[in-house]
Amino acid sequence: MIPENLKYTKEHEWIRVEGDVGVVGITDHAQEALGDVVFVELPSPGKKVAQGEEACSIESSKAASSIYAPAGGTVKDVNEDVTADPSLVNSDPYGKGWIYTLELSDPAELGNLLTPEQYKELL
Amino acid sequence: MKLIFEKSVPGRRGLSLPDPGVNIQAEIRPDLLREKPAQLPELSELDVARHFTELSRRNFGVDTGFYPLGSCTMKYNPKINERIAALAGFAELHPLLPQLSTGERLVQGALGVLHEMDLALRELCGMAAFTMQPLAGSHGELTGVMMMAAYHKDRGNKKTTILIPDSAHGTNPASAAIAGFGVKTVPSDANGVMDLDALKSMLDDSIAGLMLTCPNTLGLFNPHIAEICKLVHDVDGLMYYDGANLNAILGRVRPGDLGFDIVHVNLHKTFSTPHGGGGPGSGPVGVCERLTEFLPISVVCRNRDGSYFLDYDRPKSIGYIAPFYGNFGIVLRAYAYILMLGREGVLRVSENAVLNANYVRQKLKDVYDLPFDRVCKHECVFSAARQMQNGVHAIDVAKALIDRGFHPPTVYFPLIVPEAMMIEPTETESTETLDAFVAAMREIAEVAQNDPESFKECPKTTPVSRLDETRAARQPDVASLV
Amino acid sequence: MPFIANTDQQREEMLREIGMSAADLFADVPAELKCAPPNLPAGMSEQEVGALLRALSERNHTHLTSFLGGGLYDHYIPAAVGELVGRSEFYTAYTPYQPELSQGTLQAIYEFQSCICRLTDMEVSNASLYDGGTAMYEAVTMALRVTGRDRVIVDDTVSPIYRTILRSYTSNLGIELIETHSTEGIANRAEIIRHMNDSTAAVVVQTPNFFGCIEDFTDLATIAHSRGALLVVSCYPIALGLIKTPGAMGADIVTGEGQSLGLPLSFGGPYLGFMATRMKYVRKMPGRIAGRTVDRLGRDGFVLTLQAREQHIRREKATSNICTNEGLCALTSLVYMSLLGKTGLQKLARLCADKAWYAQQKLLSIPGVRLHFPRHWYFNEFVLELPTHVDRVIRELLHHGISAGFPLVRYYPKMTNALLVAVTEKRTKKEIDFFAHVLENAL
Repeated sequence: MIPENLKYTKEHEWIRVEGDVGVVGITDHAQEALGDVVFVELPSPGKKVAQGEEACSIESSKAASSIYAPAGGTVKDVNEDVTADPSLVNSDPYGKGWIYTLELSDPAELGNLLTPEQYKELL
Repeated sequence: MKLIFEKSVPGRRGLSLPDPGVNIQAEIRPDLLREKPAQLPELSELDVARHFTELSRRNFGVDTGFYPLGSCTMKYNPKINERIAALAGFAELHPLLPQLSTGERLVQGALGVLHEMDLALRELCGMAAFTMQPLAGSHGELTGVMMMAAYHKDRGNKKTTILIPDSAHGTNPASAAIAGFGVKTVPSDANGVMDLDALKSMLDDSIAGLMLTCPNTLGLFNPHIAEICKLVHDVDGLMYYDGANLNAILGRVRPGDLGFDIVHVNLHKTFSTPHGGGGPGSGPVGVCERLTEFLPISVVCRNRDGSYFLDYDRPKSIGYIAPFYGNFGIVLRAYAYILMLGREGVLRVSENAVLNANYVRQKLKDVYDLPFDRVCKHECVFSAARQMQNGVHAIDVAKALIDRGFHPPTVYFPLIVPEAMMIEPTETESTETLDAFVAAMREIAEVAQNDPESFKECPKTTPVSRLDETRAARQPDVASLV
Repeated sequence: MPFIANTDQQREEMLREIGMSAADLFADVPAELKCAPPNLPAGMSEQEVGALLRALSERNHTHLTSFLGGGLYDHYIPAAVGELVGRSEFYTAYTPYQPELSQGTLQAIYEFQSCICRLTDMEVSNASLYDGGTAMYEAVTMALRVTGRDRVIVDDTVSPIYRTILRSYTSNLGIELIETHSTEGIANRAEIIRHMNDSTAAVVVQTPNFFGCIEDFTDLATIAHSRGALLVVSCYPIALGLIKTPGAMGADIVTGEGQSLGLPLSFGGPYLGFMATRMKYVRKMPGRIAGRTVDRLGRDGFVLTLQAREQHIRREKATSNICTNEGLCALTSLVYMSLLGKTGLQKLARLCADKAWYAQQKLLSIPGVRLHFPRHWYFNEFVLELPTHVDRVIRELLHHGISAGFPLVRYYPKMTNALLVAVTEKRTKKEIDFFAHVLENAL
């Protein structure tokens, strides 16, 4: 499942851009590979990240993985719902399982990301 | 089974205390006192005995059955070692005694054990000196990496990075990182050993050293090991020998002779001290001559008259990594074991460990994939890839083994083998046991062919079946509070 | 070789069966890398090794009447402890990676964690660490992770042995370790507060402290929290039968040495480090943790949990490089705590304090002997100020079979005449009286 309206990273994050804000999550493929997500360590709002830098991490019962920033910017909102119910990342990775939003510092960076077709090819 | 707290009856006690003999009460300011007593369980001695006996029956140890847990060297733990560790002259010895004025004369027996163990490990590993202080293998790694840092600092080297093969134990990169180094991973080649070309491309002046097991976690001896040592030494890097797999080469190959500068030995693996359900271990570290000045404080030394003393005056030492002299009780057990083995025995250990592993390898390789099919050392690594085509994973094979009375091998490690099953029989197991294990593994392979669905219910013979680990991690229930 | 089952004949049969020769087994090792057989003595029988080591053990002076503490204490160990922990299903097992075969170990760890929480008034404990000193180091690095800061303040009333460990481990880490100087035997609040700033991750203190003084750190907890720092408290578990708990003071991380909970002194180890914290920090805590869950059929069971913190998953990003805990030592302490129980621990702590109080009164009645820190409250250890150098006194008392205590001058150079005296329930009135008698004569 690779929605058409998103941009992707090689590290299996997605970003949906709404104005100069991007919503970030992990892809369906990533949640499948991780297995049951048990904990999402959310970034602190206000944290500044560069494109490709680790923003936060996610844990399943067998693995831990970093979530990288698809683009540079400042963390704005974080999804507290996935703290309370980490299974949202498994059940709805592109919807209720979003992780954080990013105020983009340079929207041009989005050009470096993968299109749905390119991401599909990567898999 | 009930928790011990659920068996508690108010007013019960499992231990009587002596009459105080002094008719006086300590004065302590009331606000410094505890408000409510700690809610420890209240039980009779029999209640306690039954509870822990019942718990013990829900466990599986080497004494229960075959325990081929790869990388852990689950060999038999001789009983005499427990008796020796319990001798009052050792068990009741206070570790601060040597710090009293002339106190060293009070602990000559214990210092003697530490010194003799140092000598024995030097001989077996080809190193210039050992410290007994590290309290576990991973603690030994940290100690070793700290000595690497001290060595480079002393030489004015600007070193930032430690190289670690992709087949390494997780403790290696963790230890390196905790000592302040960055970590780079060296890939394995098609033969399952370190890729020499990749290594060469990664070596430069930033490399502080390389951490390696030999044989590696696939049970394979790297024939280029001496060359690897030379390459790393050429950039003034240090070679660290992770002794997890020392059992394979005991008495036949010495890490020091190969060119390693630092070695840690897991006494709870190679030298048969009990694993204790996860500790206590002991991880003595040996170093080559040029690193001896960095050993942690204190060092057991010998006077001209043959008596022992502790040397604290070591200006270049990395300092204290443990409060005293290591897990002395564990060192003592391992020393007793080495005395019993003697020069012939150590050769017998490696010979039988390697024979047993190769026996299992040859007897199973037609039914399970063997990614690296050549003579192995103390362990062999299969893959359940073939079984996985029917939906049976390594973990399913493991659980099916449980129902046949065996402890499973290590699964999903090393990471470079998909569906890995790492089998280390150890030298103490008999042909009969190995044959029974082989038969069970073959039968499981057959069931994986014919009835893969049946694995879902395994294990069926244990007090509990497969546990919900996701639930445990999502809603942690990690203590029974009041 | 009694530990190797296979006979020569069996070995030959095995080799034949797999089509190999004995030489093949090590044929992959280049000849020039092989060593000569090791220069060790010939193997000894069990009987001979037993006799040799018994003789060595007798060269250690364990018959002394001991008033030596310093963080490690000579408590009585009930017979049931050794008998139960000595069941080989416990001690010959490995880490409970296969939970179905390890419910005994796992449930014991869960119960241990629960007892540590109940003892310290904290919310979550790990499955144990190596010892009290390395546990304190782990607490410090945990505080650095929780706060993202880099300054740590430790008072010199904290065990000097632990502080040297802290210094060794943190020397490569680019953190600022500040030692404050106690006043009158207790943690120096004023100096601690002076050093506290917005980069302070933790304040580290101990109760009873190294001088035996009972402390209440509620004030420090409040101040630390107001600056966004954590309070790390090291404690002596037997004392917690009687004295105010770190949890009640508002501590964020509690550590300690568990040796006093049923483990022999054993010349420095194996011991038992424990660590407890608040639930909100559990994912930053190092070490193994057992958790309760259910199996496929809905039955209660236990597993190792929150493993994503650990080295075998996180590798260089793990919370610690620690792999094993001190499993068997944790089990030992659990059996011990279960035997004592709620009232037993209280009574034992009271017994130690009362005997120490008696000893203190008795020793202070000797002319020239006084309390080094007179205005404080003690549990079972206190500092005597002698009229002469402490080393001379210790040597003299050793001649009478008494280990008088610890000479604080080893770590506090100005305290040349100070003797740290510990009294456990094992010391009888007669022994204390004799100690006082000999000390009086020695001065």
